[in-house]
Amino acid sequence: MAQAQAQGHVHGDHHHSVKRYTGIMDWLTTVDHKKIGILYLLAGGFFFGIGGIEAILIRLQLIKPMNNFVSAQVFNELITMHGTTMIFLGVMPIIFALMNAVIPLQIGARDVAFPFLNSLGFWTFLFGGILLNLSWVMGGAPDAGWTAYTPLSSEYSNSHGVDFYTIGLQIAGLGTLIGGINFLVTIITMRAPGMSYMRMPMFTWASFITSAMILFAFPAITVGLVLLSFDRILGANFFDVAAGGNPVLWQHIFWIFGHPEVYILILPAFGIISEVIPTFARKRLFGYSSMVFATILIAFLGFMVWAHHMFTTGLGPVANALFSIATMLIAVPTGIKIFNWLFTMWGGQITFTSSNLFAIGFIPTFVMGGVTGVMLASAPADYQYHDTYFVVAHFHYVIVGGLVFGLLSGLHYWWPKMFGRMLSEPIGKWTFWTFCIGFHLTFFVQHFLGLLGMQRRIVSYLPHQNFDTMNLISTIGALLMGVGILLFLYNIVVTSMKPMNAAADAWEDGRTLEWSIPSPPPEYNFKQTPLVRGIDAFWKEKMAGNKAMTPAEPVGSIHMPSPSILPFVMSLGLFIAGLGFMFSREDFSNSFMSFIFNNYLVLIIGLMITFGAMITRSLIDDPGYHIEPEEQEEEVRA
Amino acid sequence: MMKRWQALKRLLPLLAMFSLLLSGCGREDLSVLNPQGPVADGQLGLIKLSISIMILVVIVVFAIAAYVLVKFRRRPGQKEMPVQVEGNHKLEIIWTAIPLLLVIVLAVPTIQQVFASGEDKWKQEGVLQVEVTGHQFWWEFNYPQYDVTTAQELLMPVGREVALQLKTADVLHSFWVPSLAGKTDTNPDGTINHMSFSTEKPGTYIGKCAELCGPSHGYMEFRVKAVEADAFDRWVESTKAPAVLPEDTQLAEKFKTNCLSCHAVGDQGGFTGPNLTGIGSRETVAGILLNDSNGAKGSSPVKDNLVQWLQDPQEVKPNNTMPDPKDLGFTDEEIEQIAEYLANYKLDY
Amino acid sequence: MTSAHAEHVNGELPHEPEKATLEGRNKTLGFWLFLGGEAVLFGTLFATFLALRNSNNDGPTAAELFSLPITAIATAILLVSSLTSVFAIQAMHRHNLQSLKTWLIVTVVLGLGFLGLEIYEFYEYVVHESFGLTTSAFSSAFYTLVGFHGAHVAFGVVWISLLIAQLYRKGLTVVTAPKVYVSAMYWHFIDVVWVFIFSVVYLLGKVG
Repeated sequence: MAQAQAQGHVHGDHHHSVKRYTGIMDWLTTVDHKKIGILYLLAGGFFFGIGGIEAILIRLQLIKPMNNFVSAQVFNELITMHGTTMIFLGVMPIIFALMNAVIPLQIGARDVAFPFLNSLGFWTFLFGGILLNLSWVMGGAPDAGWTAYTPLSSEYSNSHGVDFYTIGLQIAGLGTLIGGINFLVTIITMRAPGMSYMRMPMFTWASFITSAMILFAFPAITVGLVLLSFDRILGANFFDVAAGGNPVLWQHIFWIFGHPEVYILILPAFGIISEVIPTFARKRLFGYSSMVFATILIAFLGFMVWAHHMFTTGLGPVANALFSIATMLIAVPTGIKIFNWLFTMWGGQITFTSSNLFAIGFIPTFVMGGVTGVMLASAPADYQYHDTYFVVAHFHYVIVGGLVFGLLSGLHYWWPKMFGRMLSEPIGKWTFWTFCIGFHLTFFVQHFLGLLGMQRRIVSYLPHQNFDTMNLISTIGALLMGVGILLFLYNIVVTSMKPMNAAADAWEDGRTLEWSIPSPPPEYNFKQTPLVRGIDAFWKEKMAGNKAMTPAEPVGSIHMPSPSILPFVMSLGLFIAGLGFMFSREDFSNSFMSFIFNNYLVLIIGLMITFGAMITRSLIDDPGYHIEPEEQEEEVRA
Repeated sequence: MMKRWQALKRLLPLLAMFSLLLSGCGREDLSVLNPQGPVADGQLGLIKLSISIMILVVIVVFAIAAYVLVKFRRRPGQKEMPVQVEGNHKLEIIWTAIPLLLVIVLAVPTIQQVFASGEDKWKQEGVLQVEVTGHQFWWEFNYPQYDVTTAQELLMPVGREVALQLKTADVLHSFWVPSLAGKTDTNPDGTINHMSFSTEKPGTYIGKCAELCGPSHGYMEFRVKAVEADAFDRWVESTKAPAVLPEDTQLAEKFKTNCLSCHAVGDQGGFTGPNLTGIGSRETVAGILLNDSNGAKGSSPVKDNLVQWLQDPQEVKPNNTMPDPKDLGFTDEEIEQIAEYLANYKLDY
Repeated sequence: MTSAHAEHVNGELPHEPEKATLEGRNKTLGFWLFLGGEAVLFGTLFATFLALRNSNNDGPTAAELFSLPITAIATAILLVSSLTSVFAIQAMHRHNLQSLKTWLIVTVVLGLGFLGLEIYEFYEYVVHESFGLTTSAFSSAFYTLVGFHGAHVAFGVVWISLLIAQLYRKGLTVVTAPKVYVSAMYWHFIDVVWVFIFSVVYLLGKVG
């Protein structure tokens, strides 16, 4: 890296004139990881909001027995879209937002390995997400559950809902895969001199492993979605029993992807917690190497346990026994992590910032979700838990109590780094307490609902089955969680009106490289690539009495990649092609529409736009541009 | 951070109380925590074992967390840095080994039960064989040993093992009677699942579909009714008796040409809809409208339920495949009469 | 972030020009990872095919359908094209632009030959054997697996053709070299996938 950059200085006198955009075009064309991080946060936050509204509507329907707030069909659409939106379009992009905002800074890089692909990943995700959500206004949302079990999703769902699901997720999933590869390469090749693997911050480690899991898990769902869309749109027979297909095949493919996916979600949260807790305990992470090892082990085991979602499918005792044991084993590395966090705080000096509140709240909450996970791993007991509210409680404890707590912790923590402004601490604490109490109110009782006989995904329930009170409590809790999120939004608005004055080392006890540069960082991040001399690189320098990192190179001209509209165009093309494919067998009343859709013209036009943009990208070299030392000074002053 | 600790302290006894309360009082015809047969008993045993281990874990973690959060808060004026500890091999080995041990404690009985419950009892001597078929949104029960078919209400003798073969006629469903046994999915032909259960206690147990199967998934309830052995034999006899048709010949004709093209009564009728033989003595109409025969809360007379169903089947179970009787030309009066007839179609057992 | 300048290093191409810049190395590494993902993708398709290969639903079975001679020829063509692709990379390492272009053109032609045979094969199945995508679960799995591979070959043909055009315009530089290199990796990958298809789909179909 340093060598490569040194080479760059030789040619520093070459000026390429590159168009630099402002305003909206700047956001559409940016390849700057920090801006892409903000885009991910905006889009992910938007979809998170939609998913949250869907959740509230679900809870309002269930507030009392035999309620008629929404119809059964709409209810199934709500649960399907709530799950799908939250996982694929809500929390995944917010994870990517933090990865984009933080990883290059933590490893001392000026950008990611593939800035152009980074932008492409964002835009494909966004267009996929928009396509999926268009279903609400285009004839009905998908209604077969986020797991889309066949044949309910293939033969018995008659709207275009499930088509929106397959095509929308296909496009969005492509973006995730691109993002995963990008971060893998970034972390492998772009680390600053001296930053060996075992000196990487835990969040970088977690993102690294998550990216690897994305790489090996997402292609499976890609295939699954292809098969499902072929069955639905082209009349293929993968899941059609009458023609020899096999519905259980879908379950396998879905969960071979789906189980690693939950670790894809939770590992970055582990990473965030491992950054926040040491900072606010002013103590280095306890057992760093065992943390790394545990993370790798969790990822590895994560691929071996998919069939624990299928204990009641009838795979037979041998499979059930093996998958039970494999699943229980995950408790061991997870336990290592929990204790390491606790002992990081042991002997430390803990301050309770709102970021740290979420991190500390994460520990007991996640433990509760984790132990129910082990309980679920016991197959015969799972015959009772499976598909009941016990399971709903369990996975919300790990995904909301784990991941969302982690994300909120990370957002409060890195907000000054991303935006140069400190979020309000009092409002942040209110956010934590309302969200945390609301969360436990909502989901704690659901364990018991499940054990008392309430199965999941039901539009309503008969009175007098002991479900009424607890469902009411649960709905009240959900509303309280909604208040928590609104408080967070309010905090953002209030904060954005304050002056941009966050210090570089915003929490004063920052340990990693991102706190050694201004908040927000200049577009080239590091004026001089830092030299890393140990784990917690910045902390080490501070302890040695240095105010800044030791540079690994002289000040010089910095080469930057040019902005480009092509990622946007490529994704737009995929969006058009997706719509074209989805409606290719539709009978339009309008003959022109029928002509262009039924002859695959729309599909072809969309693909031509995408491939055209790809060819353009390949043929025209990107010379990039340079930021000269004088300009760097100006930027710092500005 | 005292606040948090106090909140926790207040929460813990509440939690304990809550679980105690619930373990006692789930409905005995519906609750996992109140098992009425050996299969659900065994499953609850595993649940209890795992929950005990897990409460132990939770207590240890909460205790350490509480101690740490109270003891190691940053105090005003604290300027010197805490000691930076890299790790501690002994501790790390301990918290790797203990969870591993706990996992083994849970794994051993799990494996034993997996293999015990995985046994297919279909061909065992003395079992009652029942073929279960899930439909959108009702359950069909066929007794091959007796050549009897019924719907929505699985009748079984107490003290006799019931062996089930489960399949579906359309989408996936899952057969679940919480107080008797955990659930098993119904797959399409070719991948037929099996399970078994029994109970010593006569009574009606609520069953549910546990796999999302369409809009009325939540309304796809059924009943398992355990009766004495001789009552069961009488039920078989009377089910096999010739069909009783409405006395009014015109109505009987209309009933035959319309209703019996899908439904069956006695030896007449079709197979695509639920069998109606003796529907008047069942505990529910359509699995979800409770009849007041045993005074259940929220129940109505069976005839009222039948009228409600026949007036608008889509209102009761959205997306079910039964045509609206009014579209078939039934007048309100005829619906009354049909309901009256069906309500009085009772089996004596 | 420097590669854009390396093109100014006149005539000083290193032995392995694809590894001269960080971008080039990133591209190669990223592409290796991408192929890892592709391996999972094809793995899932293979698993699907294996699960459904005997579900022919009264339609033609694998044994009735497949003609090994044609597929053997297709296999030979694709294997040879892998070899020519290796020759192209060797030429690139010798900085022999003309030879590089020639071998790439041969590779593309062989790729087209393979595609032609595959299209002919599909045409025969659909028209003469009435074996289409919707015939059975087996047919769906067959067309999806083999068709996915075919689409990869077609993509590779277009891609390498565009690279040849770029080589004519821009010559061999540290920018074009990594592109040629990863396209060769891609080509080998789809060749390997085909070897599996030949064994699992055709040989196994004929035998078992």
